[in-house]
Amino acid sequence: MSATTPTTTEAETPTKLKPSKEGGVSNPATLWVIRIIVLAIVLIWLVPAIGLLITSLRDQAAITSSGWWTVFTSIGDFSQWTLDNYNQVLTSQGFDSAFINTMVVAVPATIMPITIATFAAYAFSWMEFRGRTAMFITIIGLMAVPLQVALIPLLKLYGGFDFDVSFLAPVYQFFINLNPNVDVSIETVRTGLTIDLNGKFLGLWLAHTGFGLPLAIYLLRNYIGSLPSELIESARIDGADHFATFTRLILPLSVPALASFAIFQFLWVFNDYLVALVFLSTNPGNDVLTIALNKLNGSNGESWYLLTAGAFISMIVPMIVFFSLQRFFVRGMTAGAVKG
Amino acid sequence: MSDTLTQPDLEGDESEVVYVDDSPGFGGTLAIIFFAVLATLAVPLLTYLMLNAGFNFLADKDLPPWAIGLAAILVGTVGTFALFTIVDYAIKLLPHNIGERVRPYAWAGPAMVIVGIFLLYPAIDTVRISFMNATSTEYIGFENYVYVFTDPASLRSLRNTLGWVFIVPIVCVGIGLGFAVLADRLQRTESFAKSMIFLPMAISFIGAGIVWRFVYSFRIEGTGEQIGVLNAMWTSLGNAPVDWLRLAGWNNIFLMIVMVWLQTGFAMVILSAAIKGVPGDILEAARIDGATEIQVFWRVVVPSIMSSIVVVYTTMMIQALKVFDIVWVMTGGQAGTEVIAERMIRQMFTFRDFGRGAAVATFMFLAIVPIMILNIRRFREEEAQR
Repeated sequence: MSATTPTTTEAETPTKLKPSKEGGVSNPATLWVIRIIVLAIVLIWLVPAIGLLITSLRDQAAITSSGWWTVFTSIGDFSQWTLDNYNQVLTSQGFDSAFINTMVVAVPATIMPITIATFAAYAFSWMEFRGRTAMFITIIGLMAVPLQVALIPLLKLYGGFDFDVSFLAPVYQFFINLNPNVDVSIETVRTGLTIDLNGKFLGLWLAHTGFGLPLAIYLLRNYIGSLPSELIESARIDGADHFATFTRLILPLSVPALASFAIFQFLWVFNDYLVALVFLSTNPGNDVLTIALNKLNGSNGESWYLLTAGAFISMIVPMIVFFSLQRFFVRGMTAGAVKG
Repeated sequence: MSDTLTQPDLEGDESEVVYVDDSPGFGGTLAIIFFAVLATLAVPLLTYLMLNAGFNFLADKDLPPWAIGLAAILVGTVGTFALFTIVDYAIKLLPHNIGERVRPYAWAGPAMVIVGIFLLYPAIDTVRISFMNATSTEYIGFENYVYVFTDPASLRSLRNTLGWVFIVPIVCVGIGLGFAVLADRLQRTESFAKSMIFLPMAISFIGAGIVWRFVYSFRIEGTGEQIGVLNAMWTSLGNAPVDWLRLAGWNNIFLMIVMVWLQTGFAMVILSAAIKGVPGDILEAARIDGATEIQVFWRVVVPSIMSSIVVVYTTMMIQALKVFDIVWVMTGGQAGTEVIAERMIRQMFTFRDFGRGAAVATFMFLAIVPIMILNIRRFREEEAQR
């Protein structure tokens, strides 16, 4: 009963549009219980990450002799603090080049699908052409395909490929027979393409572009297609062609959608391990952060001074993105969860 | 028309269509088909050639890695857009009635070509490879599938993945929903608390694996203090330290906790938005009728956000079905922690058996299809309601 009457909690928050939603919290004691539960969950969530951060800043000997939580009682003991772990992991474990490699992979692998998807999304939204629906449905249908199914054929494709075209053997035979000096019997004919993309950044960019496109097109078409048609029509009346409409009107208007997808895709590629493992592992010089971290984990599994520093280096960029662009980040991550 | 013809002719001779005004006619239709195919292929092909040439050029130079990286980033980012611009310019040189019909293919076609090469073709080819031997030289029928369903490690991976698919989503949705409801009652700290739960979504599965390996880290009794949080707490209760990740059966649960830590934020954000969307007057009406807060939650809030719960739940199921990195970095699939995605990569890389790897991948795909259809249908209903 008391729940229906206005309470002090509500009175304190006049800015809330729907005060009735807080109706349940009628007494301060309940509110305190809720606060404590929320705080407890937040703490549980943060403890593993805080432990990692603190450990990465501690001296190697200190790490192995006492748990990281002991720093709270010995915070004044400056001898345990050091940046040496970072220094070591960057210089001797190759995390410096791995960091550069990760950026070299992630930036184009973000921009390329966005560029291609934005053009496609515009065409699917505002152009009439034969096969439009069929093409769109095909692309969207591929959105949830797990990328695992693409790995083996692409790995083979990246090594170059050839087909058996032996049915052309008589044709070849005919041309060879034209030259009386040569006497060769043709039985199998193969043709193909020499591609060498394994271990190269280009192969990884293209793979990420392909894997990211369906989601990008889906999200951007939803957005661009919902822009008012009067806008596009008035641009046409003012004499703008499709390209001008696209660059001057659609792109600026789509910034929120582009930013959300860009953040999702950038972090997805930045954090990706599987695709990099499959397509880059033949070339150790091109290791990205996740690969370098896993290698370190395999070779120095108990060297926590290196592992924690390395792990933290791999998290710095995502953290910066998270804290600086949180709104787009949340939107992008939640929209992208369906990606294959 | 004559204007068009006096301009530099990039795309070849199109004199056959000069006399056509509105409808392109037969020759025009042929020209449209020709140029549409050309336009569809132009950007992907030129992108590949440009980037490939760029890389080969850079590889020969003795430059510091960051300089090569910067050049690669520039070519990769600006290049694609520049190519679209060039192709569009070339289309403007075509007669108007043809160019207008060709343009959509230049814009939408590249996406189709790339998706075709990187998803459609591989998906079909994987099914084909799954019926072939390790090196894909001959067809061996269903042998690979028989292997998947008889090999002990493979069977363990199926059992474990089933566990992942059922446990992880329910825990994530449970904690996410509970947290969303509770945080909704707070005013000032709500967004801070929620972003802390969402934070792990930003980091990699590999990084998270390291974070939690440290939490679970173990030292044999007497070889020094326990530096892992879990063992420190466990031993302080008077127990002997435990190697959590080798503790058969339980170790799967410890791995799932990592996934829960990573993904609960997703469930929480979606469900929190859904809860805020429940109309206030419905809640008020329930309360006036004398419903307690718990009754309001179960009888009003949960039914109203059921579609969001299903979307989150099915999405998490797919994520759990594909789990790979966590297992790979933390246990490597040892000590009975195999999962199917890990088995697939193991077959592919360690055993070099593409047939078995492809069979696992195909099975995974088939397992996802029903969840995917359910998810898309729900998603559509959501969209329609908005």
